[in-house]
Amino acid sequence: MEDEIVLLDFWPSLFGARVRIALAEKGIKYDSKEEDLRSKSPLLLQMNPIYKQIPVLIHNGKPICDSLIVVQYIEDVWNDRNPLLPSAPYHRAQARFWADYVEKKIFELWSKVWTSKREEQEVAEKEFIEALKLLEDQLGDKTYFGGDNLGFVDIALVPYYGWFKAYETFGNLNIESECPKFNAWVKRCLQKESVSKSLPNQHKIYEFSVELRKKLGIESVGI
Amino acid sequence: MAKVYEVVKVFGTVGSPFAKRVQIALELKGVQYTFFEEDLRNKSELLLKYNPIHKKVPVLVHNEKALVESLVILEYIDEVWGSDQPILPQQPYHKALARFWSKFIDDKYMPAITKAAFSANKEEREKGSEETVEALEHLENELKDKFFGGESIGVVDIAAGHIAFWLPAIEEAVGLKLLTSDKFPKLHKWGHEYTNHPAVKKNLPQRERLVAFFKARYASIITASK
Repeated sequence: MEDEIVLLDFWPSLFGARVRIALAEKGIKYDSKEEDLRSKSPLLLQMNPIYKQIPVLIHNGKPICDSLIVVQYIEDVWNDRNPLLPSAPYHRAQARFWADYVEKKIFELWSKVWTSKREEQEVAEKEFIEALKLLEDQLGDKTYFGGDNLGFVDIALVPYYGWFKAYETFGNLNIESECPKFNAWVKRCLQKESVSKSLPNQHKIYEFSVELRKKLGIESVGI
Repeated sequence: MAKVYEVVKVFGTVGSPFAKRVQIALELKGVQYTFFEEDLRNKSELLLKYNPIHKKVPVLVHNEKALVESLVILEYIDEVWGSDQPILPQQPYHKALARFWSKFIDDKYMPAITKAAFSANKEEREKGSEETVEALEHLENELKDKFFGGESIGVVDIAAGHIAFWLPAIEEAVGLKLLTSDKFPKLHKWGHEYTNHPAVKKNLPQRERLVAFFKARYASIITASK
């Protein structure tokens, strides 16, 4: 019997992108259902009643929610190819730790940068860059956080890139010059089809960012 | 059973629910360890060495390799000292659900109860109470057996430990009534079963000290807000 796999998604979502990349890495075929987050479908509300959020992976009718939990699920089920996590427990724990760091710290600092008023922008940007530098240290000389192959931490982090890049026109961030190692890592990730095909077009993210900032009433520097 | 040459250390505080998660898991696996009690106002050099990024407890140090973040540690413990008493389900879908609910406890319930008990602002506390009740309702609905893990305790039970022991202490200390037996009959019963489980009973802080600690914390917040 063939597997039925549906992904409830929203094209700009970096959380959705994580799942898209994982599915692509494992070569899994699936149906994508685009959600309108201003008017959530009955299916979404039924499949994720607690958070009412995308992404939701529905595997043979059973829903799995929360992007990093979905990625781990994909890893656990399709464990015969392209491992996304290392095999040794200590290294697995490290990968989980850093993915959790991205999930909590990067999200928190990035939210501050994104919504900061002019006076707070400089401090927020500085803290954010420091966090990226910490991740650069963690990457070290490796090709990816996962080593020779794309892994859990790469998948957790790379979808943020489009948003970071879009923000550069609004603020005083220049990721390429401030975090060249991070930038080089992004470029390597983008060379992988599983990543490039899963991330939205850069210009579309930029346009979406502009609209979102207008809606949220965030003043933008430089436009 | 732990092999004799393994050296396991746990850094925590006596009252920390997060450190207790780690201790209970090690207890379940029959792993012997040394407990290092930290004073969080004056963190030891060892703690800062093992957890330079977050500088928090708990930290598990296994043969000099440090692991932090309690839920990450629980999965590690399960993977290393596996088989006999599994903490996470084997089946991927059930595993995903266990991860989901553990995370829910940390992302939704924990911040809510902290807000409900210890926000300086009265409106914030009331909002926190509503959010706590909402989180408890979800957990009440989710509980289908004796434990979240089924017939035996699992990662969600361990993560939810705060509800079984710390929450009643907070309620007593600050005068809240959230986990009532009429509204939450299953959770109430679960709390009793959980705290009486041999691995858990050995690893609970002293209730009076916990209540006193929360009373003091509440008093200082109320005083500061005046």
